[in-house]
Amino acid sequence: MDILRLEAVTKRFGGIVACKDISFGIPEGRIMGLIGPNGAGKTTIFNLITGVYSLTAGRIYFRGADITRLRPDELVALGIARTFQNIRLFRNLTVLDNVRIAVDRNLPYSFGAALARLPSVLSKERAVYRQATEYLAALGLSGRAGDRADSLPYGLQRKLEIARALALKPKLLLLDEPAAGMNPEESAELARLIRRIHGEFGLTTLLIEHHMDVVMELCEQIYVLNFGVKLAEGDAETVQGNPDVLRAYLGEGYKRAGN
Amino acid sequence: MLSYISGIITFSLIYVIAAVGLAIFTGFTGLFSLGHAAFFAIGAYTAGILTYFYDVNFWLALASGGAMSGLVGILIGYPTLKAKLRSDYFAIATLGFGEAVRVLLENLEITQGARGLPGIPAETTLPVAAGVTVIVLWVARNFVHSRYGRAAVAVREDFVAAEMMGINLFQVRLLSLVFSAICGGVAGGLFAHYVSFIQPSMFTSYLSTQLTASVVAGGMGSITGPAVATVIFIAIPEVLRVASMWRLVAYGLLLVAIMVFRPQGLLGFRELSWAGVKRWLTLGKAAGQGRG
Repeated sequence: MDILRLEAVTKRFGGIVACKDISFGIPEGRIMGLIGPNGAGKTTIFNLITGVYSLTAGRIYFRGADITRLRPDELVALGIARTFQNIRLFRNLTVLDNVRIAVDRNLPYSFGAALARLPSVLSKERAVYRQATEYLAALGLSGRAGDRADSLPYGLQRKLEIARALALKPKLLLLDEPAAGMNPEESAELARLIRRIHGEFGLTTLLIEHHMDVVMELCEQIYVLNFGVKLAEGDAETVQGNPDVLRAYLGEGYKRAGN
Repeated sequence: MLSYISGIITFSLIYVIAAVGLAIFTGFTGLFSLGHAAFFAIGAYTAGILTYFYDVNFWLALASGGAMSGLVGILIGYPTLKAKLRSDYFAIATLGFGEAVRVLLENLEITQGARGLPGIPAETTLPVAAGVTVIVLWVARNFVHSRYGRAAVAVREDFVAAEMMGINLFQVRLLSLVFSAICGGVAGGLFAHYVSFIQPSMFTSYLSTQLTASVVAGGMGSITGPAVATVIFIAIPEVLRVASMWRLVAYGLLLVAIMVFRPQGLLGFRELSWAGVKRWLTLGKAAGQGRG
């Protein structure tokens, strides 16, 4: 069964159609790739799924329920988490606090208890700390817990974004260009990392990526966008052989040069 | 002389309470309010009317003042925060709110209009003000070190990312507004029972600006910073009273100097603590010997 389904999703900004009539589904437990040239509407689709933008037309379903009009925080509560293409960490906070903010959702206590700092709050706070350090450890960030988020090198900032998203205990994880700005070695390592957390945390993953080696390595299923409309859809093999995809995105020489 | 000094301290503490409340809203949650004097006024009038006309117990009146301000905070916060006004538009909305409250106070029967309320019992002593200040500082610190405080900071830092962390923007902003409104109301109640006479012209946008200036100069994201800044801003004009008109110039210059030389505020994100003060002092002695 599809964990996420988009049905004829359309988004217009004034006269510009950012994406038109997009329909696809992601089966539970898969890693699916969303690729296409810059400006094709990939991130727009992420923003529509996560409630940052509202749809012009169409419907989105998550585990069978209509989530079209929900707020981002409500979608998080249902089990959707994401990272951002242009890293959006809480830059002035520590690495640990970035993850703690996400973990907080799992260990709620009342406002009154917080103001009086009751013993129950203290024990919850200890649990928050413990969980947050576990997520940092899972992403290899333990040594940087006390550092300011914006002091991390770029690659680690991306990992911190992933740690933060995982701390929300999502069922569906949306990764927006996690390998951007990485060299082939780093992106290969990242691909291994994504595969590991995908299995370890029982996720379904939707991935936007320009590094084709990462996409082809990870994704069982690929959806190709161009100018806001669907260009192709299928497994890695089919998509790589599709002449439209080669012309619009991968480039005619892709087969020989790449794989 | 002693009573003069204790008077200034009491006065400072009253403003510290209001400034700490605003620090939660502006410093930690990242929304500017230019109408916080209204909450101060609502607390002052509610508490003042209760003790003056109805002989209500002072502490009960004080709590009622805080509660009334909190309630008004919900009323003004609900539509403005629900509409997700951008922060500058929100600030202008609060400006209008502040003026509206003042005009209302000038025209209501129960507040006796511009004549004000003379002869409110003088219940606010230095120990009372100090006790309330300690409680408010403690509660504010607990707020900041809880999930609610972290959510507020997340909203300030990047509200899109905060929402994606499952944080309900509206809820966090409203909670923090109501908290700061209650602090403002309690401070107002203390004020009314300290000066014994209140009138609407005491609660103009000048007071709002002063509170915001304390928070910005003290450090956005600090509780003790705005508290220290408030004391300085109250104390300096008093110390400089001998210089008559020049004291206001000095006050202005101080504000400009802080913004130029420490744009992050006196304490920035940090808090004042004994350990911090000690470290700073030893650092001063061992000048230049490594970093602390």
